[in-house]
Amino acid sequence: MDTRVINWRNTGAFFAKYGIYFAFVLLAGGLAIWSRPFRTVGNFENILQQISVNGILSIGMTAVIITAGIDLSVGSVLALSAVVATSFAQVNDQGNAEHGLFVPLALGVLTGLACGAVNGVLIAKRRLAPFIVTLGMMTVARGLALVYSHGEPEINLTATYDTIGEGLTGPGVALLAVVLAGIFILHFTRFGRYVYAVGGNELAAKVSGVNTDRILVGVYAFAGALAGVAGIVESSRVMSGEPSAGEGYELNAIAAVVIGGTSLNGGVGSMAGTIVGVLIIGVMNNGLDLLGVSSYWQQVVKGGIIVCAVMLDRKSKY
Amino acid sequence: MTAQQVSENPLLKMEGISKSYSGVPALSRVRLEIRRGEVHALMGENGAGKSTLMKILSGIVQRDQGDISIDGKRVEIRSPKEALDLGISMIHQELNPVRAMTVAENIFLGKEPCYRYTGVVNRRKQRELTLDLFREMDVSMDPDKIMSALSVAEMQLVEIVKAVSYQSRVIIMDEPTSAITGREVAKLFEIIRRLKSRGIAIIYISHKMDEIFRISDTITVLRDGQYIETRPAGELDHDTLVKLMVGRKISEMFPKRIAAPGAEVIFEVAGLTKTGLFQDISFKVRKGEVFGIAGLMGAGRTEVMETVFGLRKADAGVVRIHGREVKIKSPADAIRHRVALITEDRQLKGLNLTASVRDNITLVNLKTFSLFGQVLQFKKENEAADAEIAKLRVKTRHRGQIVRTLSGGNQQKVVLAKWLLAEPEILVLDEPTRGIDIGAKAEIYKIIADLTAQGRTVIMISSELEEILGMCDRVIVLYHGRITAEFERAAFNQENIIKAAMGNWSAN
Ligand SMILES: Nc1ncnc2c1ncn2[C@@H]1O[C@H](COP(=O)(O)OP(=O)(O)OP(=O)(O)O)[C@@H](O)[C@H]1O
Ligand SMILES: [Mg+2]
Repeated sequence: MDTRVINWRNTGAFFAKYGIYFAFVLLAGGLAIWSRPFRTVGNFENILQQISVNGILSIGMTAVIITAGIDLSVGSVLALSAVVATSFAQVNDQGNAEHGLFVPLALGVLTGLACGAVNGVLIAKRRLAPFIVTLGMMTVARGLALVYSHGEPEINLTATYDTIGEGLTGPGVALLAVVLAGIFILHFTRFGRYVYAVGGNELAAKVSGVNTDRILVGVYAFAGALAGVAGIVESSRVMSGEPSAGEGYELNAIAAVVIGGTSLNGGVGSMAGTIVGVLIIGVMNNGLDLLGVSSYWQQVVKGGIIVCAVMLDRKSKY
Repeated sequence: MTAQQVSENPLLKMEGISKSYSGVPALSRVRLEIRRGEVHALMGENGAGKSTLMKILSGIVQRDQGDISIDGKRVEIRSPKEALDLGISMIHQELNPVRAMTVAENIFLGKEPCYRYTGVVNRRKQRELTLDLFREMDVSMDPDKIMSALSVAEMQLVEIVKAVSYQSRVIIMDEPTSAITGREVAKLFEIIRRLKSRGIAIIYISHKMDEIFRISDTITVLRDGQYIETRPAGELDHDTLVKLMVGRKISEMFPKRIAAPGAEVIFEVAGLTKTGLFQDISFKVRKGEVFGIAGLMGAGRTEVMETVFGLRKADAGVVRIHGREVKIKSPADAIRHRVALITEDRQLKGLNLTASVRDNITLVNLKTFSLFGQVLQFKKENEAADAEIAKLRVKTRHRGQIVRTLSGGNQQKVVLAKWLLAEPEILVLDEPTRGIDIGAKAEIYKIIADLTAQGRTVIMISSELEEILGMCDRVIVLYHGRITAEFERAAFNQENIIKAAMGNWSAN
């Protein structure tokens, strides 16, 4: 009898650690059995396309949250990057492209990178709270996007730019590349290890000779650059650079990261968890749509799942 | 009441207590019996299970098996609150104050005196009650001071006052003196005696053997999570107790130093000043030397070495290494000059508690385990970490174990391992054996001796005079931020060092 007690405890610990993966399998499996349209190839492509932007943002957000920070600006930075990129991807009156594909892509990513770097410098050097700095950037970047585009979407994009976001290939490749890069940077490089060190105990990291400022700037710049990538994917998918794009996306990304088991207290988390978090949100949205649940109720369910995930995370700590 | 009756009717009884973490036992079938008004020492090596047993008693950790009874009645202790209601309070090994709150607020956390009806905290009363407690225990401190402004020693005093303030029947003290010395320890023992006379039982955990024999009535020894023995303190002597704890004899505490320090001055501090903390600190350390810095808590020893290490900016003064003046603006600069600093506060400045043992050990040196300076070479890294774990005998299940779940002494060993792996030329140790068991202490002293034999230099800040006398070639003494004396090994004299530390020593 006593051994059973111990086994139960171990099972509890096991579930706390891997519960999120089971939850995903359960969710996807359940939907696959329940709903015929869910288990079609077309639907899987759909899901992947829908999660690509959130996936890209969440990878950057994971690194930020592991440093015990937060980035509220990624949605707005996405919009700013999108309008900058698309403004260089327009066809002129003769119907010709002014620039090649490289220029808009590079400028889009650089715009995001610059915004992120500004966040990072303010947070690291001026010791301001990440919440406040990125809240400020959220407003500033949104404003700049509106100013730059005069409040109008950038349309008439070149065919090559539009094809990036067409179908599954472009977003799929972008997502895959970003995921692989994210896993590599966070789990296989010295920089990644320092990210955990800074999040776990910044002072101890500093005493151990880690240039913590540089790590923080790097992490926010990374998140910003990925917001740039997401801006390109999003704008090419809808074939226009909208200054109002990406509103609320930061919250979806934070939700995915937290569902994936990354602690808001910093120092703990993984890219694998985040990917599952993104998949859960994506599959859930898709499934609820297919089941005909009203979008109002969908919000209620989504919120509930996020809170449950955090509860699971709490439990695993004690 | 006769002695017979007393032992038949213990205040507290724990029986068959077992606890395992993910299948690895931390305690198996441990028992403990506490009588009224006794000081019961709980002894054992680092990781023996002392803190775990006490956390079970105070409701922080839940046992897997076993019974706890108080006054012969079985009890369930499911939370710290229930433990407090049963009259059990605890001073924790790892200090965990609310750093942003004041001293008084910390002491009365959860039991704040309130105005009637409104439930608003009566701050004036809280302050007065705190002062009463301080007076009763002969502590002088400002109740309105913010916790984060206190030194580790002061925080420990606050913890003690807090635990006593609950009016408990059993007070658990898990290494209450790890950060305090001399006068404060005497004060604590005075408090303990007074509590004893009121019939309150104390469970006392410490790795400082002299304290154990000074204060305890009964001693229970644990080893590797097993109950070994309970005996009256009077029946045990130092060597027998050590043998019970470690399972073997420790022949010599302080190793013979084979090589004498060289003549070359490798490290020099001249005129270092930081207003309000220390003034005009100058000393020279020779290659291969063990150089001691003695003094009382708060004398500025830690501050001096942290400044040298680049954690603070000095107002004046220079540091020379190999005779050349160096500018150290950050710990990274210091590490580049092959200086290491093992800080006294392991949880605040030493460790990333949420990371694994390996990740902590290799943090300083990570670059040597990275291809092109960035891509981690896990195999190499794991081997290095395993070697350090074996060398210092860190009790860990696996290099991947999260440091938070190690016992206190083993956490300290991880900090040491981290800096030893960095192979510094000049190793600064700030209270290096804090919370470390006697066997491991001897090992650390041996490592220090070996390092100096290889021509490395060690600067050791310590409040343990025995350690200073046993290890150092030379020692300076600080008092109120000034150097009051310097002694060569040949002239070591415990009394003189104490005098200098109290500020009343003059060389002639
Ligand atoms: N949360 C946990 N998860 C896994 N193992 C744990 C956990 N807490 C404690 N342990 C293990 O239990 C054992 C006993 O630890 P404990 O803290 O009780 O030792 P201790 O006797 O207090 O040692 P020290 O003298 O170093 O303080 C250790 O091996 C430790 O690693
Ligand atoms: Mg302990």
